[in-house]
Amino acid sequence: MSSKALRRLGSVRFPLTRPTWPATVPRPPKRRKVGLDYDTAWSRRYPARLARAILTDNVTVPLTRLVAPAVIEGAAALSRVDGPVIIAANHSSHADTGVLIAALPLHLRHKVVVAAASDYFFDTPLKATMAALVLGAIPIERTKVSRRSAASALELLADGWSVIIYPEGGRTPDGWMHDFKGGAAFLSVRSGAPVIPVYLEGTARVLPKRPVERGDAPGGSGSESASSGRIRRAPVSVLIGRALTPAEGEDARSFGPRIEAAVAELGREAATDFWTARRDPDAALTYGPDAAAWRRAWARPAPRAVAERQPLPDWPTQG
Amino acid sequence: MRPRPGFVLEVDRSTPPTLMWKGESFGLVKLPAGSRVVYAPEPFEALEDPEGAIRHALEHPTGDSAPLSGLLRPGMRLTICFDDISLPLPPMEAPDIRQMVIEAVLDAAAAAGVDDVVLIAALALHRRMTEPELRHALGDRVYDAFAPHGQLLQHDAEDPSALVHLGVTKHGEDVEINKRAAESDLLVYVNINLVAMDGGHKSVATGLASYRSLRHHHNPETMTHSKSFMDAPASELHSANWRMGRLIRDAGVSIFQIETTLNTDTFPGSFQFLQKREWEWSWKDRATFLAASKALDAAPPKMARQMLHSIKAPHALRSVYAGEVEAVHERITADVWAQQGVAVDGQTDIVTMGLPYISPYNVNSILNPILVACLGLGYFFNLYRGKPVVREGGVAILFHPTRPEFHPGHHPSYIDFFEQVLTQTTDPVAMHEQFEESFATDPWYRHLYRTGHAYHGVHPFYMWYWCSHAMKHLGRVIIVGGDPATVRRMGFHPASTLDDALEMAKDVVGPDPTLTHLHTPPLLLADVT
Repeated sequence: MSSKALRRLGSVRFPLTRPTWPATVPRPPKRRKVGLDYDTAWSRRYPARLARAILTDNVTVPLTRLVAPAVIEGAAALSRVDGPVIIAANHSSHADTGVLIAALPLHLRHKVVVAAASDYFFDTPLKATMAALVLGAIPIERTKVSRRSAASALELLADGWSVIIYPEGGRTPDGWMHDFKGGAAFLSVRSGAPVIPVYLEGTARVLPKRPVERGDAPGGSGSESASSGRIRRAPVSVLIGRALTPAEGEDARSFGPRIEAAVAELGREAATDFWTARRDPDAALTYGPDAAAWRRAWARPAPRAVAERQPLPDWPTQG
Repeated sequence: MRPRPGFVLEVDRSTPPTLMWKGESFGLVKLPAGSRVVYAPEPFEALEDPEGAIRHALEHPTGDSAPLSGLLRPGMRLTICFDDISLPLPPMEAPDIRQMVIEAVLDAAAAAGVDDVVLIAALALHRRMTEPELRHALGDRVYDAFAPHGQLLQHDAEDPSALVHLGVTKHGEDVEINKRAAESDLLVYVNINLVAMDGGHKSVATGLASYRSLRHHHNPETMTHSKSFMDAPASELHSANWRMGRLIRDAGVSIFQIETTLNTDTFPGSFQFLQKREWEWSWKDRATFLAASKALDAAPPKMARQMLHSIKAPHALRSVYAGEVEAVHERITADVWAQQGVAVDGQTDIVTMGLPYISPYNVNSILNPILVACLGLGYFFNLYRGKPVVREGGVAILFHPTRPEFHPGHHPSYIDFFEQVLTQTTDPVAMHEQFEESFATDPWYRHLYRTGHAYHGVHPFYMWYWCSHAMKHLGRVIIVGGDPATVRRMGFHPASTLDDALEMAKDVVGPDPTLTHLHTPPLLLADVT
């Protein structure tokens, strides 16, 4: 291309190009149906379900098992339920959902939706579409049970879909469990579906929450925040508790703490063992010490060793 | 979503060029940084059920008036008058609002058993409408029901037998209006209030008047003291009309006034970019702009005019009130301001205006040089309340090719006005004294007005008088792209580009002037403080 032609190309302006925006006019917020308004109905129709099933069984689950080999305890509790359930788990990593789905028996795995924060997973059309397609995510509000998100979740439970919900309202910033919000209890009381408490241990090591932006770190812009959002292979534990159902006349306000207590007990079990966890309700084992950030991090239990898989001997061996 | 209000943009480096109308075409003009551009409010939502709203208005009148059905009785004489081709602009997509209102009135009249009904186009001294134009305004159903029986008339201001002199106001103004309308048991007037100037007593006192009556307010003295036409309390034109209107009322003419506002949805479908803000143009808007502007530039003026005059506006009914003239007009004018008003802070040294292809007096016709002046200085300049957008002694820069082209059928007296009057004087007062009478009483012009489709002989004078206030107020008028000889004959200054015009303006307003551009159409009314 001659230099003249290039120059001419460089001087192409409005209206041949997109108009510039006057600096004195504020840009209007983009009006897109994202966030809580994103309609995920399409992701539960058969084409999307089929695509997700293929993706889950062939990509998500094998990949999760590869990078996060899991010890699953209490899976029997799940095999006994057949209706829709509410799975309430602690939340420390984006890997949680993959690990949890991989741990679910097949009859639940392919008919489950994940309650995902509308402000994070549904903030752009692309993210919202991917979340709905890959995870079967539905948008909810983190902090409260809004009428709209509750209504859509209840509708799904009535349609036979199980719901994965992280009652903490977001990933833990320090690895320890935080107080539960009332969403899971509310849905269970309203729908009658049982709640399965689950404790996930070690997922933060697989895919940690992105550290604070450098400029926002307490140490200032020079802070080292090395542990980036990179995936590392690490063993994890999935502890599944017994199904909880609200007692006769029990409301969400009293049922909620029972769910939280059940997950906390599983958390203690992850740190100790089944028996100790039941005998010693030491809150610090689940919630961490009430201290500065580094001491809370310091106090986190060491990862549980995952039994190396012994290859089974060929059967029957004939000499 | 609620339509966004109008606003004043301050041009900076990142502001894209501004759309500028220049007669039968448009282009993009880069305004100097620091200039202001007044953008019209976005069109209001249309009423969901216009027919229902019209029926409701007729049966729930505003002011001291009975419902329409209560005013109708068998054996009465009913006359329905309506605004002519000059409104709305551009002509609206069918069904026209006049058709919708008149059909509702006729439904009520038929239900009441009224036999003697006549429809009159309130032309004043405008040209008679053609059959297709009447059919468009009234709809085929109304046209075919009345025209074949001679019950669809066009007001003839030169037929002594069709006029009646109702009296003289205390200011000595003759009030002479259409006889059939004045002597009817009920006169229903159907108005389109496109701008704040329209309607009120002006409808009957001007629309149905004769030259003898009109000359009392269509003169340089009144026009100079109308500041502006859009602001009735400050408009001498309106004061005169109100005096006449009250005399008509006191003479026993029973008027049921129906006034309507349309939203400012001015351009249809693919031409919507003409009413959008440039920085919000989509690729489609830009492509249409390029295609349309290149096509219009390349086309001969006649073809470009045909293309543009074929545009019908998607105007929709915004509000309708019916009943007593003054009460109705007060409410409707408030609605017009609500739709079109834009707050503008302070005056400016220079005002720029891109003049489009259409004005009230050249629908399906040519915007001749006199109408160019009238559109810029009579209409656009007067789109204000409070103070003019441009300061006294400031400069108006108009964009228009201003070719010496005239429609011989519609504007015959304009040709002679251009050749005989403007070559002698451009002073409204001088031409009023020396030439007006001879043009107004010329039998040939009168014949063309009465039998053809020509504007009255005196009409070019009135157009020039409309400019009186602006011409007195402004230090200089520059027409960018205007034919030099034509522009000079009108006493204005031609310039080839905006930069040239700005240089010329600096001679008058000094270096470093402030500039404000009126981004219209769509219509806006500047509320200047």
